[in-house]
Amino acid sequence: MAFFIETLLGGLMSGMLYSLVALGFVLIFKASGVFNFAQGAMVLVAALAMARFSEWANAALGGDSLFLANLIGIVGAGAVMFVVAWGIERFVLRKLVNQEGATLLMVTLGIAYVLEGLGQSFFGSEIYSINVGMPKEPVIMFEGLFEGGVLINKEDFIAAALAAVLVGSLTVFFQKTAIGRALRAVADDHQAAQSVGIPLNKTWVVVWCVAGLVALVAGIIWGSKLGVQFSLVTVALRALPVVILGGLTSVPGAIVGGLIIGVGEKLSEVYIGPMVGGGIEIWFAYVMALIVLLFRPQGLFGEKIINRV
Amino acid sequence: MFYRENGQFKTSYVADQQIFTIAQDKWFVYGLIAFAALVVPMLADEYMFRAILIPFLVLSLAALGVNLLVGYCGQITLGAGAFMAIGAYAAYNFMVRIDGMPLILAMLLGGVAAAGFGILFGIPSLRVRGLYLAVATLAAQFLCDWAFLRIGWFTNYSSSGSVSVGTLEAFGWVINSPVEKYLFCLAFVVVFAIIGKNLTRAAIGRQWMAIRDMDVAAEVIGIRPMFAKLSAFAVSSFFVGVAGALWGFVHLGSWEPAAFSVDRSFQLLFMVIIGGMGSIMGSFFGAAFIVILPIFLNQFLPFLGNLVGVSISTAGVSHAEIIIFGSLIIFFLIVEPHGLARLWSIAKQKLRLWPFPH
Repeated sequence: MAFFIETLLGGLMSGMLYSLVALGFVLIFKASGVFNFAQGAMVLVAALAMARFSEWANAALGGDSLFLANLIGIVGAGAVMFVVAWGIERFVLRKLVNQEGATLLMVTLGIAYVLEGLGQSFFGSEIYSINVGMPKEPVIMFEGLFEGGVLINKEDFIAAALAAVLVGSLTVFFQKTAIGRALRAVADDHQAAQSVGIPLNKTWVVVWCVAGLVALVAGIIWGSKLGVQFSLVTVALRALPVVILGGLTSVPGAIVGGLIIGVGEKLSEVYIGPMVGGGIEIWFAYVMALIVLLFRPQGLFGEKIINRV
Repeated sequence: MFYRENGQFKTSYVADQQIFTIAQDKWFVYGLIAFAALVVPMLADEYMFRAILIPFLVLSLAALGVNLLVGYCGQITLGAGAFMAIGAYAAYNFMVRIDGMPLILAMLLGGVAAAGFGILFGIPSLRVRGLYLAVATLAAQFLCDWAFLRIGWFTNYSSSGSVSVGTLEAFGWVINSPVEKYLFCLAFVVVFAIIGKNLTRAAIGRQWMAIRDMDVAAEVIGIRPMFAKLSAFAVSSFFVGVAGALWGFVHLGSWEPAAFSVDRSFQLLFMVIIGGMGSIMGSFFGAAFIVILPIFLNQFLPFLGNLVGVSISTAGVSHAEIIIFGSLIIFFLIVEPHGLARLWSIAKQKLRLWPFPH
């Protein structure tokens, strides 16, 4: 039983991390109808920028204050993500208004290549570490309930809490602030939003910025867990089934989807994996998403897709 | 001035239903095939065959298959690499397990196996559409990656996980040298391009296009969406599967599942979109663009660096390569979202009117 709960909690935690990446997809899809395959590259660039800026700041400060170095790193990486968002809007999206979904999808793949190349040539292509002072040692909980207790990574806990805070503030941002309302209006109908005076271009910059910041948070957490390296871009592929399962247009869907996928992956790997030779978690997630799609084509929480002739 | 149909009268229905109704087009294509079959083998060296021409031919066949599904039937797929893998591994298993299996039959059977899986993974398309479908097809990709890596039966329990094929022989013709391999691929590509072109002109192709343009409306006028979509998946997967078998048998010789990874699927979709959705010619343009560009950049960038006196490191070259590659993709999609095939048809239109502007 303790082992089961341990697996379950581990799944929930990694699910939370998937949701962080998935959130980036959802934000951009909601506000511009673009399915952004560059999200993984954005996570990589954000994490690289953060790692290198804080490294340089640390060297410049003489290694006195880790906090200050990290702060400089985060601000620097935030600035980089702003430039990326502005550049994408200015040079790519503005010229592709009203194109088909497939074309936009391909464009984001092109953007992903450019970002990967630029990020690595600016910040280097080795493995870097991010140290934001996350506690690494695991703790044992529920010792009273089960024999031996349940082993939990503190780091995962903090990551999950951070993710929850992020989701909460994003929800408030979308529902309560003027910019958030503008974003939702643009998502509903570009033309109608423009006709009531919402600047389309500025809104897109804002939403790509927000997605960039989400990518930064994801990059910091993933980066401090796994090290900042090129393989971070594949995180996007792990997060895709999450988006599909939760629904492309729903922020809560990204969270719930992430949790379901995280738990499903871990449980399947532990309980079904040994029977068929292991390594099944990546396709299991996709198959789960596929099964959900057969019953709900718009994902669990997505807006109903209406076809008009 | 020369590209004009003046004086070419169609006096029968047969003449009206030719693939190339304009004589110049017909002769151009005949000339192109003759050039590829007769002149290229004399001009190209071994490196050209191995690195450029054979991959180009095989990937254009795969892109053609993907184009039938994505461009003609409107179902976006990111699982094409998986169907290439199924084609290759199925053909391998037919060769290994059945004594005296002819090479070409094994490849075609590989295509048939891919078609079967294509129908299976096409079933979600009946409910799911657009981007959701694209991600759903990724399930096929990851499932296949895993299966060919972990299930020993598919690789005939080879210890390294990679499989290799022996000598290739078709109708007593031993295919050994790069030239022979090139001609073998060329024959496949020409035959399949003709089949593909004719399919899209026939009733089934029209059904696909109707489904692509508006599936509900197509259903109303009596097109069965299930038949149309699944047949598109089957035919497309068959083409892609045969291309996969060619890729494994002729181009690689021995291969691992990584040869058909998700990157390959993205690459094939790139070819279709850059080349032009819903165009047979476009598949070839797209394949040429995607195959040749990286090789060109790889050779050209260090040369350019030397010219201005900067030596670029290997890592720098590979980074610059993907930056330029990505930028060119963005550039082409911005200037011509309908792909290179559209540029081609615009050029033809201009030629027709030349020297007048309108």
